[in-house]
Amino acid sequence: MEYLFASAVGVLTAGGVYLLLRLRSFPVILGLTLLTYAVNLFLFASGRLTLNLPPVLDSGLSGYADPLPQALVLTAIVISFGMTAVVVMMALGAWLITDDDGMNMTGEEAPDRASGPHDASEDRR
Amino acid sequence: MSYLVMLPLVVPPMVAAVMILGMRHHQGLLRIFSLASILAMLALSILFIQQSADGSVHVHAPGNWRPPFGIVLVLDRLSALMVLLTSLLALVVMLYAIGSGWDARGKHFHPLIQFQLMGIYGAFLTGDLFNLFVFFEVLLIASYGLMIHGGGKRRMQAGLQYVVYNLLGSTLFLFALGTLYAVTGTLNMADMAERVAMMGPEDAALIRVGAVMLLMVFSVKAALVPLHFWLPATYAETPAPVAALFAIMTKVGGYAILRVYTLIFGPDVAATGGIFGPWLMNAALVTIAVGMIGILGSRSMGRVAAYASIASMGTLLVAIALFTPAGILAALFYMIHSTLAAAALFLVVDLIRARRPGESCGLAAAPEMAQAGLLGALYMAAAIAAAGMPPLSGFFGKMLVLDAAFAHDRTGLIWTVILGTSLLAVVGFARAGSAVFWKTSPPSDAPKAAVGTASRTMLETAPSPTLALAATGGLIAAIALVTLLAGPVTAHLDAMTMQLLDREDYLRAVLPLTDTTAPDAPDLPGGDLHEAAP
Repeated sequence: MEYLFASAVGVLTAGGVYLLLRLRSFPVILGLTLLTYAVNLFLFASGRLTLNLPPVLDSGLSGYADPLPQALVLTAIVISFGMTAVVVMMALGAWLITDDDGMNMTGEEAPDRASGPHDASEDRR
Repeated sequence: MSYLVMLPLVVPPMVAAVMILGMRHHQGLLRIFSLASILAMLALSILFIQQSADGSVHVHAPGNWRPPFGIVLVLDRLSALMVLLTSLLALVVMLYAIGSGWDARGKHFHPLIQFQLMGIYGAFLTGDLFNLFVFFEVLLIASYGLMIHGGGKRRMQAGLQYVVYNLLGSTLFLFALGTLYAVTGTLNMADMAERVAMMGPEDAALIRVGAVMLLMVFSVKAALVPLHFWLPATYAETPAPVAALFAIMTKVGGYAILRVYTLIFGPDVAATGGIFGPWLMNAALVTIAVGMIGILGSRSMGRVAAYASIASMGTLLVAIALFTPAGILAALFYMIHSTLAAAALFLVVDLIRARRPGESCGLAAAPEMAQAGLLGALYMAAAIAAAGMPPLSGFFGKMLVLDAAFAHDRTGLIWTVILGTSLLAVVGFARAGSAVFWKTSPPSDAPKAAVGTASRTMLETAPSPTLALAATGGLIAAIALVTLLAGPVTAHLDAMTMQLLDREDYLRAVLPLTDTTAPDAPDLPGGDLHEAAP
């Protein structure tokens, strides 16, 4: 089970990093999502992988499943869910406003023709 | 006292909720509530400073869960100082935002600031590593909203980069926490400190991996080269009051490094030893160089201010990387100074921007701006502070850092980098200032179209330009005050350094020794508050 679990985390992380390096907003967001799946699994395993063990300590029991990582994973899932929503909205906003889904800043000194000569980028020389 | 530690995490979000629900369309009410909340927090932070000045560590356990099991909030000298610094900065930023009209340029400025403050206070007050992650997220979510406040093309693009970079940082944070939890079985900072100290060499490898990953996360926040790439674009494009408030956000990274790497992974811990010092030192020296060269090479005032804050973080981290009492004292002093100086610089840049055609802060010739003399003086004061020249407190800060580095085995290198880059900074600031203030073009040179399409400039729409000027001046006055009171401030910081390095106060306050001997008492009278005598 350990090998299966570890390779799942590894593959998800590798896929996430690969997608992140694509530098276009949609793949980058998918990459972030894969990375959060990987980290959720990783957190889950940080309490050790156990089968059929109760989460509550009892004097008659020899082992128990650590309940804390599950709470951590839950928190991480909620936060990453919210963050994904935020980043999707921002990516959509950036795409609609610039007509470009690249992650890099487009030309620092390029005048912004679409919005008139006055409203040009602030860093314009 | 114990419940008061909770207040910074309760009042701002409550005020924010009331704002969103009840007064979205009343700019005046929003401003009053925002200012009232910040003033209340300021009063509370002064109380915190007083309470912690005698060296006592105040612990509050929400829900009365006892420390290794529940989350704790811890107030010691360092937390109190950071909370006070945040409140002061928030007050100035809020006055500036109101005076310049920035808060009315988009929706939800005031509630977002309140949530941001909650996150920052939480990061400074928490005594639990996972809770630190949660508060990092709280302050980041609010900062995403604030960063794109006012909208615009370049701001959206920079905002997207900022969000993605920080989401990656958060993921790394979780990986680090998972690793540390797997080895130590706890997330409470004090508990983890005790367990890490007892770990044998067989667990050292995993602890080191976790600790280094955690250092990387904090370095992203602190904009340490090579993890600084998010900062220049973000800070240059962010609305000025928000950028000024962000001056404390890089310090959150510095604070976290200071806290975690003195409390948990201190230099005398066998498992990690002193593996962080050399790495942090090298990266910090490169950070100073990159920041100062960036100042010299920037083509707009916004970038000058952004690179100045990178350079100041570099100086701060050099002092931390020494891991000696003198180094930490210098780091703390420089932390106070650089927060105020970076914020002042961002506000001055925005004042300049408001007075130039097209709200541009590029270093190109433009018609002479209004109030050029006054702004020039403000810019010069802020630049002197940021470059670390006498007579302002940056000079003392750098001198403390240099003095602390005297005992280090690479004194020569550290001195060369800090002094050499200071010269670069002076030249860079002088170049930017002379381009903006002295290289003026006759007014007729301004493009006609610009005059036509610009309905009203930022200066004309500002409700109270005087208030904006006064807020910036107040910040510079605060820097001057820190300079004048350098003696008492240093004495207080000295006590703070001792408390940080001694650790015993903190550990015993969070985990009283009686816990191990007494059987579990379900209703511990006053169990929510343990005060350790100094």
